[in-house]
Amino acid sequence: MSIDLSQFQQVFFEESFEGLEIMETSLLGLDPNDVDDEEINTIFRAAHSIKGGSGTFGFSAVADFTHVMETLLNEMRDGRRAVTAESVDILLQSVDVLRDMLAAADEEREVDVARVAAQKQVLENVLNPDGEDESTAGEDKVENNAPPESDEKPIGWHIIFRPLPQILKTGNDPMRILRELMELGEIHIEVDDSDLPDLSNFDPELCYLAWDITLMTEKNRAEVDEIFAWVEDDCELIVHEILADKSAVDQQTPVLKVVAPVEDRRVKKDRRDKEPKKASGSSSIRVDITKIDELINMVGELVITQSMLSLLGETFEMEKLEQLNDGLSQLERHTRNLQESVMQIRMLPISFTFNRFPRLVHDLSAKLGKKIDLQVHGETTEVDKTVIEKIGDPLVHLVRNSLDHGIEMPADRLASGKSEVGVISLNAFHQGGNIVLEIRDDGKGLDRAVLVKKALEKGLIDGSQELTDRQVYELIFHPGFSTAEKVSDVSGRGVGMDVVRKNINELGGSITIESELGQGTAIIIRLPLTLAILDGQTVQVADETYIVPLGSIVESIQVKEQQVSRVVGRGETFKLRDEYLPIVRLHDVFGIKNSKAKTLQEGLLVIVEGESHRCGLFVDDLLGQQQVVIKSLEENYQRVNGISGATILGDGSVALILDIPSMMRLADKCDLENRVSA
Amino acid sequence: MVLGDGGNNDGLLNVNSRELEIVVESQGDEYLSFRLGDEGYGVDILRVQEIRGWEESTRIPNAPEYVKGVLNLRGSIVPILDLRHRLGMGLNEYSKESVVIVLRSVGSGSDQIMGVIVDEVSDVITVKREQFQGVPKFGNGISTDFISGLIESDNRMTMILDVDKLLCLSGSSTASEQ
Repeated sequence: MSIDLSQFQQVFFEESFEGLEIMETSLLGLDPNDVDDEEINTIFRAAHSIKGGSGTFGFSAVADFTHVMETLLNEMRDGRRAVTAESVDILLQSVDVLRDMLAAADEEREVDVARVAAQKQVLENVLNPDGEDESTAGEDKVENNAPPESDEKPIGWHIIFRPLPQILKTGNDPMRILRELMELGEIHIEVDDSDLPDLSNFDPELCYLAWDITLMTEKNRAEVDEIFAWVEDDCELIVHEILADKSAVDQQTPVLKVVAPVEDRRVKKDRRDKEPKKASGSSSIRVDITKIDELINMVGELVITQSMLSLLGETFEMEKLEQLNDGLSQLERHTRNLQESVMQIRMLPISFTFNRFPRLVHDLSAKLGKKIDLQVHGETTEVDKTVIEKIGDPLVHLVRNSLDHGIEMPADRLASGKSEVGVISLNAFHQGGNIVLEIRDDGKGLDRAVLVKKALEKGLIDGSQELTDRQVYELIFHPGFSTAEKVSDVSGRGVGMDVVRKNINELGGSITIESELGQGTAIIIRLPLTLAILDGQTVQVADETYIVPLGSIVESIQVKEQQVSRVVGRGETFKLRDEYLPIVRLHDVFGIKNSKAKTLQEGLLVIVEGESHRCGLFVDDLLGQQQVVIKSLEENYQRVNGISGATILGDGSVALILDIPSMMRLADKCDLENRVSA
Repeated sequence: MVLGDGGNNDGLLNVNSRELEIVVESQGDEYLSFRLGDEGYGVDILRVQEIRGWEESTRIPNAPEYVKGVLNLRGSIVPILDLRHRLGMGLNEYSKESVVIVLRSVGSGSDQIMGVIVDEVSDVITVKREQFQGVPKFGNGISTDFISGLIESDNRMTMILDVDKLLCLSGSSTASEQ
């Protein structure tokens, strides 16, 4: 009988990575001048859980490594060792190494053994600065604080093993332990049956025996302890070492580890199951229990409404019409609430992403010699899980940029009358149906002149145009555009901002820049609240229905003949207030035949905005606004230009959702082809 | 103990499925045969998800012409291909007999589900492996890429289609852009 532990393994990895994050956050919060005991305790607990878990799942290298960290933390906790900036840095590096080890175990790849060994040595050096007894750290693997062993190597162990009567109920078998001990070396076992009751009082489920064991072995204490590791709570255990001259030094083992007996049973099995299976690819999500309760509540309501309605249906008469209407509106309300709650489950606080920044800023500012105060606001703002996964890298890039290019060196800041310490603030908040993420710094800001000069050099602009500030800032999103004087390993290679924008566009969001020379820069990212549901405007072209995301619509108008002008005989443009906008006929772009509206006056123009360009989308008619559930077209088909997905309308038919930026690119191409063929 | 029993059951199941395989092998593979005009075609029945009547689908802009559109199949968006067109046979008006066979293709990534429109579904035929014949070369531009083999049943030739090749649309996206 064996329990498949691999199902718990993924949970272990998730918990461990969370633990690492806690350790990191707390370490960064640790002020060497004013040590908060609770903070060290938190770090210690996180390390301890990782060690326990990794031991259980057979990742002994991880457990060993964490053990050394834990020893150091324990000394700090007990006040035996001062917390210094240096030791905090070493611990932070160790957290990185540990994360790498765990990731390697998770992905079943080889770990960088040299790096691990080196970092472990660094830790051990901190523990034993004189480098005297380096071996203790290695030998002292098991987590009881065994007093330092005497220099003389013991030739064996004298063990008194007295299990508690209920040991059998925890799933442990003393015989197994004895057998394992026998494998270690020459053994002499005496059984103590003095507690054995007479047969009438004998309970077969209890253990009445105790053993007095003399084990002659070269093996160290840790290996002996390991055998007893799962029963330490369920027995009295006294281990003496036998020295060459047979004078046993009394070394009682204080049993420290507290493990619930039930868990013992579970974890014990793992030691036989040392080959972890490949982790399944599906990701899991941790959901607040209150959200689940809410959901269950709502399902309950729904069931009540359903049974009420079916009862009504059985004995329906016209007089009960009002009741039916009530029931239906109740049903609608519950369904909507249920939908909202289900969506809520996918929502996670943005702190999952924000949490990595204190570390990033800490490391980078040290590297660049800048002083930075990172302020994080709104980290509890909830966003869709997919957003969390995809927004991380772009944000890291933006924060790095702020740090590297935005914030000046301390001396420069003082010279320009600012505080020596630069401020980078990360903000997250809801605005309308959007999530807004802001990265703001009080650095030198974007220099318009430099940007324009650079763009001229690269031939991105020809100098004849008069550009608005916004258009100038837009330039930094061009591939290969970097204003950094020299390329550092932090940033400045000019790859990135275009990728950042691409990622954000993929999430259906937009990115804008506000900047003031000498005062700082703010980068503002707007993302839709959820990726699964969209507010859409249904439009009709001939007998086809399309959905335009409401977020991209500026307004809808009917144009008059005199507003429309022609460009090079083909292109159409119209004047909206002070701006000339191109007209895109949807039926041309999508090849729709039999469009009802032949002239511009017969249909409607929907002014849409995508990637900072605007255009008038010509359609036959507007049908209505509704929330639509986004379905993937790619699942069974492939990506379609100009279309972001599909949805199912009330009548069960499929309508396609327009992807405005992509549709505009498609329109450009169409136009070009027409011109070529003309 | 419960767990131990579970293990035993697993063992039993394995034996059963192995026996099952042997049975299947001795009887041959089953194919769903259908007609396009007066030609007979067949597909592996294990790839057939369902058969449904033809109904109007939503057109996909700028798609290859053999992609008729997408349908809502219990919440999934499923593309519908015109099989005549896909095989290069030219168009036919759809009638009451026109049927959509929903097929599953097993790609390198994930399974895809697509419907193909055929004139009418005929039968389920069982074919032994040795009855399979290779596809002759026709030359003169007749493409036999989608046909994996020929079989004879009731004195008529049935062409067995390779579902994965048939439903693989990669490359056609670039075609649609041009």
